Amino acid sequence: MTTISQSMAPGQLTAGRLPKVVVPALLVGAALLGVAVSLLVGGGNMALAAVLAYLTFLVAVEIAARIVEGARQAADRRATNLIVGAFVLALLPLGSVTWEAVSKGAARFDVTFFTYSMRNVVGAGGGAVHAIVGTLLVTGMATLISVPIGLLTAVYLSEYGAKNRLAKAITFFVDVMTGVPSIVAGLFAYALMTLIIGPNNGFGFAGSIALSVLMIPVVVRSSEELLRLVPNELREASYALGVPKWLTITRVVIPTAISGIVSGVILAVARVIGETAPLLVAAGFTASLNNNLFANPMMTLPVFVYDAYAHPGVDVQVYLDRAWAGALTLIAIVMLLNLIGRLVARRFAPKTGN
Amino acid sequence: MKIKLITAAALVTASALAFAGCAANEGGAATKTLTGKGASSQKAAQEKWVAAFQTANSGVTVNYAPDGSGAGRSAFIAGAAAFAGSDRPLKDEEMGAGKFAGCTADSNALNLPVYVSPIAVIYKLDGVDSLSLDPATVAGIFTGKITKWNDPAIAKLNPKAKLPDLAITAVHRADDSGTTNNFTDTLNQLAPTVWDQPASDTWPAAFAGEAANGTSGVVGAVSGGTGTIGYADASAAKNVGIAELVVNGKAYKPEAAAAAAILDASKVIPGRAANDLAYKLDRTSEGVYPAVLVSYAIVCQTYKDSATASLVKSYVGYIASAEGQQAAATAAGSAPLSADLQAKVKAAVDSIK
Amino acid sequence: MSTTSALPDTGTSPLPTVDPRRVGDRVFGGLAAGSGIMILVILAMVAAFLLVQGGPALFADPAKLASQGYGEFASWVAPYAFGTVWAAVLALAMAVPVAIGIALFITHYAPRRMAAPLGYLIDLLAAVPSVVFGLWGADLLSRSVRGLYGWLNDNLGFIPLFSGQVSGTGRTILTAAVVLAVMVLPIITSLSREVFLQTPRLHEEAALALGATRWEMIKMAVLPFARPGLVAAIMLGLGRALGETMAVTMVLSGGKNITFQVLTSDNPNTIAATIAQNFPEAFGLKTNQLIAAGLVLFAITLAVNTVARWIVSRRAEYSGAN
Repeated sequence: MTTISQSMAPGQLTAGRLPKVVVPALLVGAALLGVAVSLLVGGGNMALAAVLAYLTFLVAVEIAARIVEGARQAADRRATNLIVGAFVLALLPLGSVTWEAVSKGAARFDVTFFTYSMRNVVGAGGGAVHAIVGTLLVTGMATLISVPIGLLTAVYLSEYGAKNRLAKAITFFVDVMTGVPSIVAGLFAYALMTLIIGPNNGFGFAGSIALSVLMIPVVVRSSEELLRLVPNELREASYALGVPKWLTITRVVIPTAISGIVSGVILAVARVIGETAPLLVAAGFTASLNNNLFANPMMTLPVFVYDAYAHPGVDVQVYLDRAWAGALTLIAIVMLLNLIGRLVARRFAPKTGN
Repeated sequence: MKIKLITAAALVTASALAFAGCAANEGGAATKTLTGKGASSQKAAQEKWVAAFQTANSGVTVNYAPDGSGAGRSAFIAGAAAFAGSDRPLKDEEMGAGKFAGCTADSNALNLPVYVSPIAVIYKLDGVDSLSLDPATVAGIFTGKITKWNDPAIAKLNPKAKLPDLAITAVHRADDSGTTNNFTDTLNQLAPTVWDQPASDTWPAAFAGEAANGTSGVVGAVSGGTGTIGYADASAAKNVGIAELVVNGKAYKPEAAAAAAILDASKVIPGRAANDLAYKLDRTSEGVYPAVLVSYAIVCQTYKDSATASLVKSYVGYIASAEGQQAAATAAGSAPLSADLQAKVKAAVDSIK
Repeated sequence: MSTTSALPDTGTSPLPTVDPRRVGDRVFGGLAAGSGIMILVILAMVAAFLLVQGGPALFADPAKLASQGYGEFASWVAPYAFGTVWAAVLALAMAVPVAIGIALFITHYAPRRMAAPLGYLIDLLAAVPSVVFGLWGADLLSRSVRGLYGWLNDNLGFIPLFSGQVSGTGRTILTAAVVLAVMVLPIITSLSREVFLQTPRLHEEAALALGATRWEMIKMAVLPFARPGLVAAIMLGLGRALGETMAVTMVLSGGKNITFQVLTSDNPNTIAATIAQNFPEAFGLKTNQLIAAGLVLFAITLAVNTVARWIVSRRAEYSGAN
C-alpha cells in the first residue's frame, strides 16, 4: 500500500487522464504503420504487420501514458494491453483450428455420416454411427466411474483431511497421476482386463477404465481447488444451524462451487474424449456397430479419425473427408456437453444476490 | 427460458440416443465374430476383404485391428486374435508347437504371404518431373552422404533433369515399421558398401534426417516440403514424384507385376513345416523391383476351437484367392500374388484344422 | 489458505457421541476417504503394472537389450527424457503467461455480459481432439512457420537456441511446443478463471478504494489469493504437456539428438510419442523396454511435482492470501 500513498502528489485528487480518443487513435496509427512497413520490407506479410503494429502500439501507449498520467497509470495501461493481446493471440489458433475442422469436415457432415457405420463399406460413403455410439458409451462410462471417485476425493481433501498424511499423499499422487502417459493408461487397462477375464481383443469397458485413469486426476484437482475457495463463513453458518457436516457439504459447499466443478468435469471429459492411443489398445477396432460395453471391440471417434487419416485406401480424399467429419463431430459433441453442463450447473447453483 | 433450454438439451440427448441403437447399413445381428490383428500395411486391403466376406456370409463379423505387426503377433501368441497380420514371418526361435495359446498343444503356426506391395521412393522437387536413382545413390542420400540435389551422383543418372542447388531433406519413418525393415534390407542387399547397417524395423540412429510418423506422415512431410525425399507404400504416394530404381542398368517403377515377381524368385526359409510359406526375399534377382513389402497372415495349423478354424479357413482362403487378391489390388493398390503362389497358399489353408 | 483448520475433523477421528444424525457423517466421511484410498490403489496398480512389464528391460543384460531391444537402456531413454521435459518447458513458457492473461481478461477486463461466452470460446479449444491438433500442426502450422524459422535462423542465429541447419519442413520441437501450448491453454485458463472469479469481492473493492489502479488491484488482491490455484492449474497443464502423445507424434520430427536448438530437423523425441510410435511393431523385450520408458516418464512427473510442491510450500509463508 505504501507505493500508492507515496506516488500521489499531496493535495491532488485526480491525475491527468489521456483523452478517450488517444488510445484508439494510437491503435489505428500503429496498424497503419505495421501494414506500411510490412508492405515495404516484408512483402506484405500480414503476420509481420500485426506483430509490428502491436509492438508499436504498446510502446506508443506507454510513452503517452507516462507523459500525461504518470508511471502507475502507464503500468495499468501496459497490463491491460498485454492482457487483451494475450486474449487476441489465443483466438488465432482457435480460429485457425476451428476453420480447418469446419471447412474440411463439412464435406462429409451429412445424413449418411450419422446413419451408417463402416460395415461392408469400402472407399466412398459410409458413416460413423458405430464410432459415435462407442465414444458416447465409453466416455459416459468413464465419467460415471471418475466423477464420483474424483469428487468424493476432492471433498475428502478439502473438507476432511486438513493436514493428515493420507490427504498429503493423495494430493501428491493425484498430481503424479496427471502425468501418466495416455498409452500407458491403455496398456494398463488392457493388462488388467487380461488378468481378470483372460486374452481378449478389447471391449468398451476396458476403454472406460483407461480413460478413467486419465480423467480422475483432472476431476480431483479442479474440484479440490474450487471446494477450498468456498468461504468458510458459509460452512460455519450451516454448522451453527445444527446441520450435520455431510449435509453441509452436499447442500452448501458443493452447490456453491458447482459451476466450477461442472466446468472441471467437462474439461476432464474433453481431455479424454479425444484420446486415441489408449482406446485403440483397450477398446479395440471394428467397422461394425456394437452396443455392448462388455463384449467385443467397440469403435470410438478418435480411433475412427486416426485410422481414416493414417491408413487410407486408394482414394485418399474420401478417407480424409471422413476423418475431418469425424473430428468435427467430436468437437460438436464436446460443445454440446459443455452447453448441457453449464445449464445443469446454473440450475443447481445457489441463487446469489448479484 | 431456462426450462426451454433444458428441454432442448434433453431432446438433443434423446435423439442422440435414438439413432444410437442402429445403423442403416447393418441388418440382423451377427452371430459369429472372427478377430484378426496386426500390420497396418494390410489395413486398406483387409477393409475390402472384410466387406466382401461379410457380404457373402451375412452372419459373420470380421474385425481386423490395424494395431501393428508386433501387437498382432503378441495377440496371436496370447490367443486373443485368431490370426495375425505381420510384415515379417515369425522367426525360427518364435516358432514351435505349443507356443500359441489359440492353437492345440501339438500345433505350430503357419506363415502365409497374403499382401505384397512395392515401396516407392518418393520426392518433391519443383521442376523435376521424373527422377532415376540407383540403390547406391538412394543409400547415399538416406545416410546423409549426398546432401545436395545437384550432386554428381544424381546428375549422372538424370542427365536431362535441371537439378537445383538445394539441400536434400530425407524423410524416414519415426515409428518402427515393416516398411523401414524392407527398405533398409533393400539398400543393404543392393548397396552394401554404402549402407553398412543390417535391415531393421527401427531407422538406424547413425543416419539422422527428418522423421515422420507412419506412411501418411512421411507422404505428408514429403509433399508438404520442398527438396524432400522419402519412402512409402506405393499406393499411398499421392501428390509426390515417384523415382525409378535403376538396378543393373535397368530402370524399374514400383509396379505390381515387377513387385510380385520377387516371391517367385525367392526361396522359402528352410526347415519349416510342410505348408509354411515364410520367404527370405532375394532382392538381387533379375527382373524384379527390389523394394517390396511382403505381409503375412499367421494362422494355426490346428485350432483349439473348430468353429474358429472353419472361419479362418474360409476367410484366409478368400483373401489368398484370385478374387481376393484382385479385390485388394483395386482397393489398396497391392500386387496380386502369382497364380502359382495362390495355389500354394490355398493348399496351406486347406491343411488348417 | 488454511481455512478449514478451524473445523472439527470428524472424518478421520472417532466421534465422541453416537448421535444417530451423525451416522450420515460417518458414512459420507468414510466414502470420501475410501475414494481417496481408491485412487492410491489405482495408482499403485499402474505403478505395479509398469514395474512388472518394464522390469525385464530395466534389469536385462545390456547385450541382450542390444540384440533384442533398442539398445542399452539409459543411453536409449536419455534423449527422450530430455525431449519430454524440453518440449513441456517450451510449451509452458508460451502457454502460462497467455493463459493467465486470458483468464484475467475474461474475469476482470471483458464486459460482464461477454465473460461467459468468452470463457466458452476458450473452452472450445479443449474440445478439439489431439488428433486434430496433430493434423493442424503437421499440415498448416509447420508450413506457415517455415518463413519465420528461416528469419530467426538468419538474424538471431547467434543465439544457440536458433542456431543450426533450419528444418526444411518446419516440423521442429518449437512447432510441437506451440501445438502443446495451444493444447494446455484451455486447461490452465479454465481453472485459473474459476479461481480468479472466487477472489473475495471485498478484497478487490478494498484495493480499489485505496486508489489502486485495476492492475495494482490484481497484483495486490487477485494474484496472491489465486496463487495456489494457479499452481494447480499449471501442474495440470504440465501433466498434459508431458504426457501428450498423438499430437507430438504427428507434428515432431523426433530423433535421438540432445540439443537446445529448436529449429532443426534433428530433435529429441518425447517419451510418450516414442512409446506410441514404436509400440505397434514392438515385440518381446522391445515391448518391455517401451513400458520401462513409461516408468521413466512416471518418475519425471513425480520429480517435477515434488519440486513444484517444494516451491509452493516455501512461498506459502509469504503468501498474501487471507
